[in-house]
Order: sequence, then C-alpha cells, then structure tokens
Amino acid sequence: MIEVKDLKKSFDGREILKGISFVFEPGKINLVIGQSGSGKSVLIKNLVGLLDPDEGQIIYDGREFTGLKFKQKKEIRKEIGMVFQGGALFDSETCANNVRFPLEMFTKMSDAEKQKRVDFCLNRVNLDHAHDLYPGEISGGMQKRVAIARAIALNPKYLFFDEPNSGLDPKTSLVIDNLIKEITVEYNITTIINTHDMNSVMEIGDKIMFVFEGNNWWSGTKNDLFYADNQELNDFVFASDLFKKVREVVNAK
Amino acid sequence: MFLAKVFSKPDKPKMYYRQIMNEFQKQGLGSLGIVLIISVFMGAVVTLQTAINLENPLIPRYMIGLAARDSMILEFSSTVIALILAGKAGSNVASEIGTMRITEQIDAMDIMGVNSAGYLVMPKIFAMVTLMPALVIVSITIGVIGGLVAGVASGVLSFTDYEYGIQYAFNPFYVVYSIIKALTFAFLIMSVSSYHGYYVKGGALEVGKASTKAVVYSSILILIFNLLITQLLLT
Repeated sequence: MIEVKDLKKSFDGREILKGISFVFEPGKINLVIGQSGSGKSVLIKNLVGLLDPDEGQIIYDGREFTGLKFKQKKEIRKEIGMVFQGGALFDSETCANNVRFPLEMFTKMSDAEKQKRVDFCLNRVNLDHAHDLYPGEISGGMQKRVAIARAIALNPKYLFFDEPNSGLDPKTSLVIDNLIKEITVEYNITTIINTHDMNSVMEIGDKIMFVFEGNNWWSGTKNDLFYADNQELNDFVFASDLFKKVREVVNAK
Repeated sequence: MFLAKVFSKPDKPKMYYRQIMNEFQKQGLGSLGIVLIISVFMGAVVTLQTAINLENPLIPRYMIGLAARDSMILEFSSTVIALILAGKAGSNVASEIGTMRITEQIDAMDIMGVNSAGYLVMPKIFAMVTLMPALVIVSITIGVIGGLVAGVASGVLSFTDYEYGIQYAFNPFYVVYSIIKALTFAFLIMSVSSYHGYYVKGGALEVGKASTKAVVYSSILILIFNLLITQLLLT
C-alpha cells in the first residue's frame, strides 16, 4: 500500500500538484487519469523518487519515503519496478541482459539462478524467443513486455506504469493490460498506472484517481465512472462518442 | 556534486569491472586508428617544415630529428591528440549518455536504486585516464617514425642524421610532462562530456547541442590546462 498525503510540487513558482492525497491499494490496479498537463506524470515521478515533493508525505507500507537520502531510498527502490512509456530498455544490451541487469546489481544469485529467473520472467511475458534480440530489433509491444519482465525480475511490491499502451494497437494494448492484471493479482503487487487510454480504464481499473489541475478531483472504481456527476471527469472520460453511447447504455439498464 | 556521485562507492564492483572492460575496448580500439593516422602525418609534416626552416648551414641537419621528437613529445602527442579525442570520444560520450537520459534509461536505473552517474561515467573516466598515456606513447613513436619516413623519402636529411637527432639531448622529463598532461586531458574530456550528456533535458536537438558543448568546453579546458601545466612544470 502506498499512502500519499497532501502532496505539493511547484516548478518556477507554478504549482503543479496542489495537495494530492490518495491511498494506492495492494493487489489492485490503481489508475491515475487526467488530461495532459494535469500533473499525473509529476505525481508518479514524486512517488518513485525521481522528483522530491515540496510538501506532503509518501508512505510505502508504513515507511516514510519523502525526504530520505539516496542510500536510504535505495532500500525502498529495490521493491519498486517501473515500466516507462518508451520501455527505457538499455539499447546496447540484449533483452535477456536487460532483465538480468537488476539481478546482477542487487542479488547474490549464482549465474544459473539468474539465468533461471531471466528465463522465467521472459516466459511470463511470452517472450521466450527474445533472449538474444536487442531492443531495436523488436516491436514496441514486445519492448513493453521486456520492460515488464525487467520490472518484475526482483519481485517488486510496487509496480508503476507510465502510459503502458501509448503507441500500441488496440489488440496489443489488451495483451499488455491483461498481463498487468495477471501479474498484479498473482503477486499481490500495488500497481499504479498513469494512463490516458479509456479502454484500459474500463478493462482493468480497480481504483481510479482523476487528477485535474493538480488536485485529486475524483476517485472511485470503473463502475462508479458511469454514474459520476463530476463535470470535468465526464468531459474527460466520455469525450468520445463511443464512450458517451456506452454510458447511455449502462445508465439505461 | 556530479563528480561526488561519479566517484561514490560502487554498488556492485563486478558490474563496474565489466563496464570498464567495455570502455577499454570502445575507447582504446576506437581511438587507436585515428591516433595512428594523425601521429604519422604530424611527425611527417613537422619534420618537413623544420627542414624548410633550418636552411642555415651552421645548424646541423640532425637538429631536424631533435625538433620533430621534441615537438611530438611536448605538444603534438598530448595536446593535439587530446583535442582530437575531445572531438571524437567527447561527442560520442555526451550523445550516448544524453540519449540514455532522454529515453529515460537513466531514470530507469535511478528508480532501481542504481547510482547511474557512477555506473555510467566512472568506467569511462577510468578507461580514458588509463588509456591516454599509452595512446600518447604510441603517438610519439609513430610520429617520430612518420618524420623519419617523410624526411628520408623527401631527401631533406639522411637516416643517420635523423637517428642521431632523435637521440640527441634527450630529456626524459619531457615524456613525464607529456604523460601528466595526457592524464589531465583524459579526465577533462570524459568528465566534461559526461556531465553535458547526463544533464540533458529535452529531445534529440538538445542531445546534439550537449554534444557540441562537450567538445567546445573540453577543448577550451584542455588549452587552459595545457598552459597551466606547462607554466608549472617547464618554466
């Protein structure tokens, strides 16, 4: 569980996060949604420690993360996996070496154990054939899956995804969504996804926070979305005709 | 601040060792070709220019060999080679690290808890500082040989004169001075270039700018430190 309390962050006097509070629950997919520029990415960067908040607290299972020094943060960071929008794979290394990297850095496993773990993680994301391929040689969807394999290599307690479906076709997006769902439930991970993709929201959103102008504007489940009377939320979620019609059908039942 | 991060205790020495070996291969083999080509031509040109300027019959011909040797040792093999490497290796390092930054590869390391500055930069500095003296020695040797070939082939002096000249009044401290300069320049090239790459913000355009800045700033620093070291050690 990750608790966020009254988180504030400004850049050059411009307030981006205006006191966000939320609880990200374990074993569930927690979605952070909102328009571009609403502060979602800044929130995620604060959560993983790439940025330091100006005020507020971030608490990982009772452990205060805010204000820790690099070495102290390291212990919590070892429990964090993150999948970036572009995958952020090390392009000079093969897929297998990308997955092996955190194992080499932070474990005392033997070579055989590391190999077994790499095989397991790549198998888990259905990429048995990609061991010796370089990131430049595989598709965007496969890169995302390798990134997921790397993120789960150390058995993280917390998984972060930044726009996991951006640039992917709907079918591949569904594959990634299902994979995230399975992994989250299987390992009881606290998963946090920053997304714009409404298909993902409807598919896997267990708990949703809508960020608007740096505030936690609305929160609830994907079912609550259909009955919410929040104007900004509805303008965002039901912007397309398709989703407007879906809401009409759901509300008519 | 940046250098403190770079030289902090390695997370996993074995991984750093692997990186250092990669850098040796990349920087050593990658730079050797250009060092050889530049050195042989520099030695040849210095020999011919000195010969043209030493037409006075009172000055013995072997002085051409001496001038070529000392020019290579004192200036060309350390400073000029460093300036060339600032362009080649410096821009390469700045763009490599800069691209890793904008594609979030460095962020990925940071989130894992890896000291990205240490892991990426320290092996580059270590490899370059270790290799540079060797490259300077190779450059001096090849430059002197280039001078010999050009001098003898063009008929401006005999093999015996050149051979005598390159041994005449040899001061071993000049080699030490050249190596001290090489070590300093190697550190400057890698640290300045890595710094510019590591702190890139934006996209491909900014990586290009960082690469240019890396070359310009490390070249200027090489020239300034060349003057300072010469002032300190030779005057």
